[in-house]
Amino acid sequence: MSVSKSDVAHLATLSSISLGDDELDALTVDLENIITYIEQLQELDTTGVEPTYQLTGLANVWRGDEITPQLSREKLLALAPESLNNQVKVPKVL
Amino acid sequence: MDSEIAKIVERVVSGESSARAEVEKAIATAKEKEDLHALLELLESEALARADGIDARIKNGENVGRLAGVPYVAKDNFLTTVGHTTAAAKILENFESPLNATAIERLDAEGAILIGKANLDAFAHGGSTENSAFGPTKNVVDPERVAGGSSGGSAAIVAAGVVPFALGSDTGGSIRQPASFNGAVGYKPTYGMISRYGVVAMASSTDVVGPLTRTVADAELVSEILAGPDGRDSTVHDNYFLTQTSDKPLKIGLIREFIGDGVDSEVVTKTKEFVDRLKAAGHAVEEVDLPMAKYSLAIYYIVVPAEVSSNLARYDGVRYGLRSETAKSLDDVYGQSRDQGFMPENKRRIMIGSYVLSSGYFDAYYLQAQKARTLLIQEFDILFETYDFLIGPTAPTPAFKLGENTADPIKMYLADAMTVPPSLAGLPALSLPNDANDQGLPIGIQIIGRQKDDARLLSFAKTMEMNG
Repeated sequence: MSVSKSDVAHLATLSSISLGDDELDALTVDLENIITYIEQLQELDTTGVEPTYQLTGLANVWRGDEITPQLSREKLLALAPESLNNQVKVPKVL
Repeated sequence: MDSEIAKIVERVVSGESSARAEVEKAIATAKEKEDLHALLELLESEALARADGIDARIKNGENVGRLAGVPYVAKDNFLTTVGHTTAAAKILENFESPLNATAIERLDAEGAILIGKANLDAFAHGGSTENSAFGPTKNVVDPERVAGGSSGGSAAIVAAGVVPFALGSDTGGSIRQPASFNGAVGYKPTYGMISRYGVVAMASSTDVVGPLTRTVADAELVSEILAGPDGRDSTVHDNYFLTQTSDKPLKIGLIREFIGDGVDSEVVTKTKEFVDRLKAAGHAVEEVDLPMAKYSLAIYYIVVPAEVSSNLARYDGVRYGLRSETAKSLDDVYGQSRDQGFMPENKRRIMIGSYVLSSGYFDAYYLQAQKARTLLIQEFDILFETYDFLIGPTAPTPAFKLGENTADPIKMYLADAMTVPPSLAGLPALSLPNDANDQGLPIGIQIIGRQKDDARLLSFAKTMEMNG
């Protein structure tokens, strides 16, 4: 399958990565090769085969709805590149 | 081979040595081996302070634990409150974790001492450690060759004799393949045996935690400590891990696809020599077919990028990690921070994941891959009705040259062709050193077991160690 530069630009947008133009060119080649490689699965007949999502047969692992010790707000806020008044700060959205 | 860890513990507890002396020795060796670039951070003062604490407790007559005074290294995708946790990526370059991974907590509780954080491919994406944002790790035998990956730093530091064990993570071969390349033991447990809480997530349906060691006995000892639920990773099953002994003759299948076209001839020769040793030990070995093996990498490079694209969405420059200094809008914060903070391989995987999960493509790629995965698992199930273990080489070649595969992602992916199938099926698998080629480059043999048959797998591997 052929992959165009604009396809890759669209994937970059979906992935929230602001790619430079050089990178876009390189990734167009790489992604086309990778997609061509994974397309070999199309030749397999999987009619009636159930997909695998979990390997060890676990389903619905529950825990009690109880409050357990958590990291403090101070420790977590200290990780943020910018914070103000006990909140994470980001550039103005509106 | 005897446990090296047990010898250290005995020395430390008996007073013949001390935790401080063991840590000092490991740190001195780590400095001697600095050219390998196996460690991203050496935690010298922290480790010595902890060693002194352990020595004081031993003097007080306390039982310090099964790993008293044993120095170890963790791959830098394990969160640790000491030092940094970078995942070898710029986006986490200055990250200091507020918590410890469960694996780290359990080792700490047994008296082990973390002396450093090991290099890896950024976010564990890769098979050579060349995708590290901080430069590659070199092979312990030949510095012009790769250490393998993604746990390349962990494998090299253990093979170099710095520490008796290191923590790694394995999604499609990231413990086993570097173990094979450096001549270490690399053990990937059954999916869900060990909690992944506090390990930077890559692909949650195959990610496992495991040890790299020089002896199988040490892999067993460390795994027994790590296994079992912690209430913080819901995929972990109850601890079924009990040490076993395996001495009766077994039925073993040699996977034909793993010694076929494209596999290095010396790797094939060494694998056949291993088969001869198995037969000499009284086991029955037959060649078996795993036809779905040839589709495994295609399945893997759909399923894993899909999960990667989801797991790496959290790195957004908002709550922690790198935030682009040139970002003006919130979209810039996301887009530029991710552009600057991820390596090219991270971007490839995230974008392939976005592609295969896109509406219109989902059925053709992701769903088809998960169905093909079922077919692969069924083939394994059928083989395990007859055979106790399956074997083959761990990797198609010995360690390749630095730079040899970096221009071609698909060629790089092929280095994982034999480690990926058991990962997709959640099976336990171990890479055992199996001699070296005529240039002295290590070659590993992979032993694959049934789900939850880990204890028997390790017990069997112990009987097949060289110089054992």
